[in-house]
Amino acid sequence: MNKIIKKTLIAAAVATTMVAGSAQAEDITVVSWGGAYTKSQVEAYHKPWNGYTGNTVISEDYNGGLAEIKAQVEAGNVTWNLVDVELSDAVRGCDEGILEVMDHSVLPDGANGVPAAEDFLPGALAECAVGNIVWSTVFIHDESKIQGVDGLKDFFDLGKFPGKRGLRKGAKPNLELALMADGVEPADVYEVLSTEAGIDRAFAKLDTIKDSTVWWESGAQPPQLLADGEVVMTTAYNGRVFNAIASEGKPFVINWDGQVWDLDLWVIPKGAPNQEATMDFVKFSTSTKALADQASWIPYGPLRKSSFGLVSSFHSDPSLDMAPHMPTAPANFTRALQNDFEFWADNSDQLNERFNAWLTK
Amino acid sequence: MTTANPSIDQANTLPLKEKLAKTTAIQRRRAFLLTLPLVLFLLISFVFPIGQMLFNSIHNNKVSAVVPDFATAIQQWDGQGLPSEATFEIFVKDLAKAKKVREVGRTVGNMATRINYEMPGSRSLFTKSARKAGKIKQGPYKEALIKIDKKWANPQVWLTLQRASHDISPSFYVAAMDLKYNETGEVVEADELYQIYLDNFIKTLWLAALITFICVLLAYPVAYLLSVLPLRQSNLLMIMVLLPFWTSLLVRTTAWIAILQTEGVINDLLVYFGVIGDDGRIQMIYNQTGTIIAMVHILLPFMILPLYSVMKTIQPTYMRAALSMGSKPFYAYRRVYLPQTIPGLAAGTLLVFILAIGYYITPALVGGQDGLLISNLIAYHIQKSLNWSLGAALGTMLLVVVLLLYWVYNKLIGIDKLKFG
Repeated sequence: MNKIIKKTLIAAAVATTMVAGSAQAEDITVVSWGGAYTKSQVEAYHKPWNGYTGNTVISEDYNGGLAEIKAQVEAGNVTWNLVDVELSDAVRGCDEGILEVMDHSVLPDGANGVPAAEDFLPGALAECAVGNIVWSTVFIHDESKIQGVDGLKDFFDLGKFPGKRGLRKGAKPNLELALMADGVEPADVYEVLSTEAGIDRAFAKLDTIKDSTVWWESGAQPPQLLADGEVVMTTAYNGRVFNAIASEGKPFVINWDGQVWDLDLWVIPKGAPNQEATMDFVKFSTSTKALADQASWIPYGPLRKSSFGLVSSFHSDPSLDMAPHMPTAPANFTRALQNDFEFWADNSDQLNERFNAWLTK
Repeated sequence: MTTANPSIDQANTLPLKEKLAKTTAIQRRRAFLLTLPLVLFLLISFVFPIGQMLFNSIHNNKVSAVVPDFATAIQQWDGQGLPSEATFEIFVKDLAKAKKVREVGRTVGNMATRINYEMPGSRSLFTKSARKAGKIKQGPYKEALIKIDKKWANPQVWLTLQRASHDISPSFYVAAMDLKYNETGEVVEADELYQIYLDNFIKTLWLAALITFICVLLAYPVAYLLSVLPLRQSNLLMIMVLLPFWTSLLVRTTAWIAILQTEGVINDLLVYFGVIGDDGRIQMIYNQTGTIIAMVHILLPFMILPLYSVMKTIQPTYMRAALSMGSKPFYAYRRVYLPQTIPGLAAGTLLVFILAIGYYITPALVGGQDGLLISNLIAYHIQKSLNWSLGAALGTMLLVVVLLLYWVYNKLIGIDKLKFG
């Protein structure tokens, strides 16, 4: 098996060198989460930017985290120009010096003339990052199989809805969801989680469904698990679910109660080549229009206030208005929690360790 | 007689023994040159990375690289109460300086991460304080720092800092063995809720042994058939063994997912024939069972092939002789046939067991929650938590376990008896 891996690595290395050798100096590699999300970026950012500048964007997929960036930076061989990361990773990567500091003054004003610094939502402009979208973890079910799901507490109610559940393999954001299902208000979740008793309470709630849980790791999995009938309810990223509903006509329902939302941001690995072209792409892709366009491909909320009014309908169905499907739409936002990046920067090592130990017992 | 300055003429007069020694030396050198590419390859791709892993597991300079003056000063502290005002001053000044550094491996964030491994929740203490440290222009530094965050008044922070100031430390092995440092710096057992590695090591060994055993049970008759069947049938059988062997590992693992999942082929058939109800579908994957089934299938050829190559060389006349002299078939098998297959059996067992103990992709895909092996935890620390030192410590422990088993194996069976085909 090792041999196979080694061979694959060598082949990949050769292929990469060949691609790198043949690429023009101004081409950039942009790395994102794959699937419907990357598709929305290709349509709204990559293709139009290519039209303006003639530079090509090479799109690569990954599963989040800082491992690849860290490995590239420490080896002094950075091949990724720009990466789409979560806020906690943007902050941690910046602290550890593996990301370039971003100059926010070069970002264009909003289409309505508001300066970028005021146009972006709070938190979207971090020291080493420029935000692009709001996304959310929600839970979904198949309306053709079960009806009458009423809020997050039902996700943990095996008596009312027997059958398997799908959860992301990791402590985040399952602990938050467990506490909210246990009656903790979103505003108090991180306060409760900061105590040993609160952590115990969250794990105790997870214990109630542990034996009926299927654990997923990449964002493409949960809609598939639900479609295959492997689970009756699962957590998922709201954009991917919407795509399964709107493009593939799946009878899935998004439950917004207790959603945990987070930001995605662009970061540049330290020492990446072609930074001028990369910054040009960042400016282009986080402009009012590009962010609004992106939202017509997938319901991830743009991080510029000036984009809100410009969000139109689904790209393939003009009758399908996108605004009500955004995580930030008022009707979806009644019981919502923002992921606390500082809490996770402090506690992810410890909580994931406990989570891993809990999982195997 | 040898001279200090031999010429060709003199060489001709050298005794035969020395001439022979010379030519063999040249030949040996030539032979060594031929192996040089392999030696270099092994050095670069095997010895060097493993050496680096060993080094990483005990070496971590994330404190001394970030706050160098403080790392020296804190060594003077006796661990009672809080460090002196002078040490606090050095720390605040180092921290303010470090805040401006953006060099990889030398930022405050790097140090914060290092301390956070041992004191969960302290990461933001460092990053926050570093932002404000530059504003402290004069003493008393102790009070100023504690004003920023009262956690600085906790002696445990300073004990941890003192410990982590040593570049070489066993702290990652402490973590890898489900131990931890307590408030006073003694090594104690970690809270049971956080214990994971030792149990997982034992589980990995046990699963690898079980998989090896199942492989022996399944491979022995197949290898026997392969060695005694007429050429035409045995060729066909051989192809059936080799075809999956040549198929990509990922394809085979995914095929098992399709077969075993709750909506998969086997469950569908069982439901169709009424063996189980539609709501009583059996969970055969995403757990230990799935890991065992898929790994046995993938590792089976490594058992069959060495067994086959040994069985092929066993003369059927021996068994016939034993039987003709009145031995019962089972007795003849046990005393005559089985001992002759030991070299193949030993080779296959060793191969399968060592491959199984470090298996990674298959358990990651089909292991679910309780079918994960130690290599999956190592991968977790390399890829997700980015605690490479802990990953290295776990990797080193795995290496030691394998070498130990190899040594025991060598004592019991003798490695020179192995026959891989």
